[in-house]
Order: sequence, then structure tokens, then C-alpha cells
Amino acid sequence: MDEQYLGIFDESEQASKEEHPTNRRVELMLGALASLVLVFIAGMVIFVFLKGLPSLTGNGISWFGGGGNVDEQLTNIFNSPAEPENYVYELSAFPLLWSTFLISFIAVCFATVISIFSSIFIVEFAPRPLERILEPVVKFLAAIPSVIYGLLGVLVLVPWINDTLITEEMRVSVRYVIQLDGTSVLAGVIILTIMILPIMIAIITDSLRAVPQVWREGALALGVNRWRALRTVSLRAIRPAIVAAAVLATARALGEAIMLAMVTGSIGFAPNPFDGFLFFLEPSRPLAATIIDGAEGLSVEPFGQTMYAFAFILIVSTGLLSFAGWAARKSLSRYSIGAK
Amino acid sequence: MSTTTTRKRKQEAVRQTRAARPKKIKSKDSWSIGDRIGVGLAWFFGLMLCLVAAAITLYMAWKGVSFVNWEIISTSPEASLEQSKTGGFLDPIIGTVLLTVIGAAIATPIGVAIAIWLTEYGRPAPLARFVEAGIEVIVGAPSIVLAIFGLLVFQQGFLSPFSFTAEGGAVFGRSFFAAGAVMSLIALPFVVGGTREALNSIPRHVREASYALGKDQASTIRRVLLPSSRSGIATGSTLGMAQIAGDTAVVVVLLGASLQISPEGDIPGLDVLKGTGSTLTSFVFQNSPAGEGNAPDKAYAAAFVLLLLVILLNLIVNLVTRKGKQVWG
Amino acid sequence: MGVRPDHQQPEVASNGTLPHAVPPLRRIVVGGEVPPIRVGDEYGNGSSAQVPEQPAPVPEDQFGPEWYHECMRTESLSISFGEKVAVKEVSLQVNAGQVLALIGPSGCGKTTLLRSMNKLVDLTPTARRTGRILLDGENIDLFDDTQLRKRVGMLFQQPNPFPMSIFDNIAYGLRERGSKRPRKKVLEPIVVDALKRAGLWDEVGDNLDHPALSLSGGQQQRLCIARSLAVTPEVLLLDEPCSALDPISTAIIEETVVQLKDDMAIVIVTHNLQQAARVADQVAFMYLGDLVEYGSADQIFNDPMAERTKDYVRGDFG
Repeated sequence: MDEQYLGIFDESEQASKEEHPTNRRVELMLGALASLVLVFIAGMVIFVFLKGLPSLTGNGISWFGGGGNVDEQLTNIFNSPAEPENYVYELSAFPLLWSTFLISFIAVCFATVISIFSSIFIVEFAPRPLERILEPVVKFLAAIPSVIYGLLGVLVLVPWINDTLITEEMRVSVRYVIQLDGTSVLAGVIILTIMILPIMIAIITDSLRAVPQVWREGALALGVNRWRALRTVSLRAIRPAIVAAAVLATARALGEAIMLAMVTGSIGFAPNPFDGFLFFLEPSRPLAATIIDGAEGLSVEPFGQTMYAFAFILIVSTGLLSFAGWAARKSLSRYSIGAK
Repeated sequence: MSTTTTRKRKQEAVRQTRAARPKKIKSKDSWSIGDRIGVGLAWFFGLMLCLVAAAITLYMAWKGVSFVNWEIISTSPEASLEQSKTGGFLDPIIGTVLLTVIGAAIATPIGVAIAIWLTEYGRPAPLARFVEAGIEVIVGAPSIVLAIFGLLVFQQGFLSPFSFTAEGGAVFGRSFFAAGAVMSLIALPFVVGGTREALNSIPRHVREASYALGKDQASTIRRVLLPSSRSGIATGSTLGMAQIAGDTAVVVVLLGASLQISPEGDIPGLDVLKGTGSTLTSFVFQNSPAGEGNAPDKAYAAAFVLLLLVILLNLIVNLVTRKGKQVWG
Repeated sequence: MGVRPDHQQPEVASNGTLPHAVPPLRRIVVGGEVPPIRVGDEYGNGSSAQVPEQPAPVPEDQFGPEWYHECMRTESLSISFGEKVAVKEVSLQVNAGQVLALIGPSGCGKTTLLRSMNKLVDLTPTARRTGRILLDGENIDLFDDTQLRKRVGMLFQQPNPFPMSIFDNIAYGLRERGSKRPRKKVLEPIVVDALKRAGLWDEVGDNLDHPALSLSGGQQQRLCIARSLAVTPEVLLLDEPCSALDPISTAIIEETVVQLKDDMAIVIVTHNLQQAARVADQVAFMYLGDLVEYGSADQIFNDPMAERTKDYVRGDFG
């Protein structure tokens, strides 16, 4: 191959890369291993889908509907007779889906607002000593295992809600439908917000710091105060990063099982927003927590299949969200308003 | 002139200067109400963040110190109706350590291999982008989903040697092997991330020097790049271990629910791996009002030990990253 | 703005004397050689004063009768960043209706001096400032940063339009000042006027909603000028505004600067001596933080006092 004269390094680099058979073999082996990741993910999605399919087909579109008592239905499924033809699949999963959506959505909304203000504080207004301890504080909050958050929630927050926020008349008013004992949407939302804050704060502070200094100086030089300059120039500039942070936080929130299982109650119940403030205090149980609660019954066929159907919904939604978040961050770093 | 008069004159001069110096004009109308609320909220939430972290730390420390004692750490848990006889959480501690080690041991070689392929080879490029995206999907996947998929896999007949088979042929599918395998998935993205960062920070001229000496790419990686990436790999593994130690869902699904480590089979060592057990995380879960147990103090004690472990691992990572900034010249 | 003579510059006669009708120019010579003032009988009392080597704090009467209305003034201004002293005891004057050029080699402190005039230098945590800066006789430390910067505008080396439309960029300073947000109808005439004065109206007047970042470098810099003009500053500080631009844009901006000085005082930092010669009325030459010489443009370029100034103007170092 003497068509081109390559520089010395290029030549030996090419030689080392291509002509050595061992190198080629190594490359193929490593490539195969890396592709296993994709095979694994595909396999996971497919097999979970297949395993959960009977539950979905057994109900059709009404799987997503409401109307029944989800817990009763799950018990019936668990108690199905042993013959495959007689398996009971009936399920209207709406209360679980609604609960998942509600808790995640509210938590992400709170976390977005709080993380924006906190990031602004860290980047702009915090005095130096505070700024230096805030970074490890955020990392610390991120490192706490979810079961510890759950423990604190169920032993501290839930009793407090029960004693302080839930009044006797509230209990009476919902007596026929549900029992209020402090495990609630509110407890779940509060702790979930704290859990997803570190992710969002990390991304938003990084992108605030990446906003070109010249814009900030230009705004200040026009006589605009620091807050206005931040709000009108920097925050506008990092809008895509905020969206990416929110997407990733949602994926995290959807998948949170243990903490929510401990803190939102074990009742598959769809709180009604029109109940007013009461609706925050009612127990509920999102999808992931339902799977955890049903973990022991996984060997019972129809019940297990129902759980796998739940898992399929979860993996598809979090997978799409994670992918979207990753794609957004990659495109952001190209424009150098980075979210690393 | 007498000194008193001079002094008086000086004092008079100072007083006049002070009176003449105008007060600082603080213009209030450039900060509107909205602006001030904004700054106020920024301060509020920033301080709240610190307060919440401080509250959590102090509360856990207090509860932990009140309930942890040598006895608890060194006795195995017993199932008993009497609280005082339920023992400690030695087995869960061993379980946590075991799972962490297994998970990291599996994840590290695989993660390093994948990271090498991504940074040094990475052909064809679309495949590499997909693999990157795949790693992100694994990070984002809820551990409960990974757990029940793992159960599905390990309940297949051909994997029965990895756990215990009941009569009737049903493979139990729950064991340290199974849990360890799924835990390695959880740690994998961290190992890949740490290794990639380390490899990317090695400048091009190091590789070129090696090629110029006639070494091929594979040997360059093995002899030059990998040894220099040791700290990055270690960081990634340690972060992965912290994640494993803190995970509960996988344990609840895949480790069986035995309080004590129950080995399975006759080969010593391997029998533990085939058997079931519990970890600090599942122990906390079970002993909280959400599980069966009613022993909040044991739960707090175990949670405290767990928190210490996780914090320790994270601190090690911080120290290593700060020390290990290699200078490439 | 005070009374201004119709002619632009006091003429220095060929024998080195100044006509008596002209007020004495403030001159401080620091470091280097201390030349006697060759123009002779400045103070009209028959002696030729020797300017002292160390600059004393400026007493009132040395500024003399104000021919040009003094807008801003620094008095023994020193700025240091930690250990390093960037500006040493500089006293100079900025007059309305005139362009003051700060020239000197890189690192001599001229940008730092400029940035201290709108307190932008205070953004750096390690900055320390001593001495006074007066705007219209008032010490700038006495007012709020935002108030000061509305009266003293700044243009940066790299054009930095915000990622918004042209209209929004220019209206920015007016919208973001306090609680009442002026309506678009009120803002429009101001925006149009600013664009015209910046010399950009002809090129972008047809579509003000165009994103500002889509303009060329020279247009962006003129947009920034318009943006600063919209808040009607008394002083405009320009930090090497043309260094990132092509010659044609540079020429347009220089022309604009000369036109703008009718309404305000302008201070321009430049490392381009020809540019300073083209636009400046007054010139201050700085070297390593010291103000070496300060005088009219004519005098500095044609007949500088200090050796170092001579060397710099000749191009011996840069």
C-alpha cells in the first residue's frame, strides 16, 4: 500500500491497528462484549413483554382503565385456580398508573422550581464558605440509599402527617372509602422531591456556570441588577438544560420503588384531586411500589405475569425518558451550554 | 498657638468633614418586588437544602449511636416473637459485603472491556453511539425492573446450578449468584464511566509513542493505557459498589428472604453463593413498619451502619479523584 | 454640557508655546524622565514650573477653568488584584464632548482602569481599589452599582449580543430596570433612534425581530453600541471595540464614535495607535500601571513629553 505517504506516526499507527491479527481479534471480542449490552437491553424488554403479555391481552384496553378495586383484583389474580385455562387476569390498573403519574409529576414540578432557585443561590448569591459546603451537601443527599429515605419517611414524616395534618373530620369524611394513617401522596412527594433534587441541581449548576461570562457582564454593564441579569439572560439560555434535567429526574422518580412502597401506603387507590387538600393525604401506591409489594408472589403464574406487565410499562417509559435525557445532554454540550 | 486650640480645631475639622460626607445613596428602585422575592427564594431554598441535609445527618447519627452496639453488629438475627431475642444483624452485614464484592467483581472486567472498546476502537460509529445510549438506559432503568428480569432469567432451567431447585423442578432463582449478577448490572455504568474518563484523559502522544515503538493497539492498551487508568477504574468500581450497597429492590426480589445466610448444597464457599440471605438494606426494610418486623431501633441501627458504609465509599472516591490527577507532561 | 469653543483643539504653536487663551492642560509625568515643561509660562507668573516627580493628590485649582465640561474624573486611583498592582495612582479626567483614548502596551492596566469606571472591576473577588472616582463631582462609591452603570455604559472587546431579537437586545436595558415594564409602543422610537445613532438602522431597520446572533461581527458590535445608547449614558466606555472586527466594520465604528461624542464623553481603550490618532481628542498613555503621560492627541502623537511615550508612539515597543 504505497499510494500515500503517511507520516511516521500515522504509518505505524495504521500498522498497529490493522495488520496485526491479534489486534483485530481483540477488537472483535471487545466489540462483541459491548454489543452484548444492546442484546441484553433488547432481551430484557422483549422477555419482560412476553412474560407480561397474557395480562395485557387478558384485559385488552381496559387494562389501563379504572373502575374496579385494584387490590381486590390483584388478590383474585393471586388466588386463581391452578389450571392455566382458568387463570384470572382481570385488572383495571388505572389507580396505579394515576398514582405513578401524580406522584412523579408533582415531585418533578417541585424539584424543578427548588433546584432552579438552589442552583442560582449556589452559583450567584452564596457567600464563598457556603458555596463550598453546598457542593458536598448535594453529593451527600444523592448518595443516601433510598431505603434510608424510606425509613426516615415512615418513622418521622408519616407519623407527623398523621398527627398534625390529618384531622378527625377528614378521617370521618372518607371513612367508607379509605383509611387515613399518614402514609400518603404528600409524604411520597416530599421525600421524592428531596431524592431527585441532587440530579437536577448538578445539571443546572453546571449549565449556569457554562453560560458565557460576556453575556452576564453585558447585562450588568447596562445597569441591570444581578437577579434580573440572571433571570433574563442565563435562565433563558439554559432552558434546554432544565428540560433535560427534568426528564432525567422523571425517569428516576418513575423507577423509585422502595421508598415509595414504605411511605405512600400499600393501598392501590386513586386519589381524587377534586377532594381538595385531602387528596394529598390519601394513601396511594405507584407501579414500582406495587411490584415490590408483590415480589413474593412472583412465582404464582397469573400474578407474576401481571407484575411483569407493570414492569414492561415501567421499562418502556423510563427507557424512553433516559434516552431522551441523554440525547438532550449530548446535543447541549455541542452548543457548549453544557449539561455534562 | 496653644495645643488645646490646635486640637479643638482638628476635632472641629474632622467633625465637619464627617458631617459633610454624604450618606451613601442606596437606590432602591432598581430592585423591584419581583426581584427581591427571587433573591429571597434563592437564599431560602439554598439554606433549606443545607438544613435538610444537616437534619438527616444529625437525626441518623443520634438514632444510630443510641442503638448500635457491639452486640448487634456481631450477632446473627433470629426469628423470634420476642423482641429481645431477635439478635443482631451480623448476617445482613456479611450479605451486604458479599453482594458488593460479587457485583463489583463481575462488573469491573466487563465494564473496563466495554469502556476500552468505546474509547479506543469504537467502530462502526453508530454501534458505539448505540452502546453508549444503552449504558444510559441501564442507568435509568429502575432496579426493580432489572431485578425481576433477573429473576426471570435465573429461573430458567439451565441456570439451576446457580440457585436452589425445589421438588417439582421449579428453579428458585434466588441466590447470591443471581443477586450478584444483577447487582453487577447496576454497577456497570459507573465502571464504564470511570474507565472512559481515565482513558480519555491520557493524551494522544502517549499512544503515538507506543505505536512508534512498534507495539500494536492491543498491547498498547494492555501495557500502557490500562495501568495508567487504574485510579479511574478504581473510582468507577467504588462508585458502583456504593450503588450496590444502597440498593434494596434487587435484594428483596433476588436474595430470598431468609434472615440468616442459608447456604445451599455441599460445596463450601459455593454453597453460600447458591444460598439465600439478606443485606443491610433488606434488613432495614423488613424491620420498618413497611415490612413485618416491628423493631424500629434495629432498623435505625442497621440504617446507620449502611449510611456509614455508603458515605465511606463516596469519601474514598473523592480522595482518590483529588489525588490522582496525573500529570502527563 | 458646558460651553464649548467652535474650534476643536488648542493649537500648539511651532515654537512649543501655547496660546494664552487656552487653559493649561493637566499633565502628570510619572516614572521615566522628568522633562521640564517646555511650553514655559503656563501659570502666567513668569516662572516655568517643574512638575513634581510624585503625583500629589489633585488639588481643585489645578484643573483650571472648565473649557470642556468634566464628566468623570479619577483621583489617585490604584487597583490591585491580590499581590499584583494593576493600576498605580492614576488621576485623569474625562470630558463631555471629547474622546479620551487610553493607549499602552498589553498588560499596562488600561482595561482595568476602564473597567473600574463602571465598577465592573469589583466583580473580581480579589480586586482592591483605592482613590476616588467621581462622576459629575459625586463619588461613584456612593451610589448603587446599577445606578452608576445606567449612566456609564460599556462596550466589550467581543461583541456580546444576547440570544434574543435585535429589538429585544436594544430594549433590554430599558425593560429590565425596576418594576414597570414599558410597552413596546413606548420603546419603539427609542430603539429606532439608538439604531440610527449607532449607524445600524439602514441595515436592519426592516426586520427588528431578527435574532441578534445572526448578524455579522461588525453589525453585532454596532448593535451593542445601540444597546448601550438606548439607556442614554453620560459616559461610554469602549474596551478595544474593534479588535475582533474587519477593517471596514472598524472604520464604520470609528466614524460612529466620532459622531457620538457630541452627546456624551467617550473613553476608548485601544492598542492601535492609528485608531487612537483618528478618533481621540485626549490621550492617556499608560505603562505597567502608571499613567506616563496625558494630554491632547495632537501633543501626544506629534510632540510627546516623556521618553517612553516617544518610544511607544514611534513603535519601538508595543
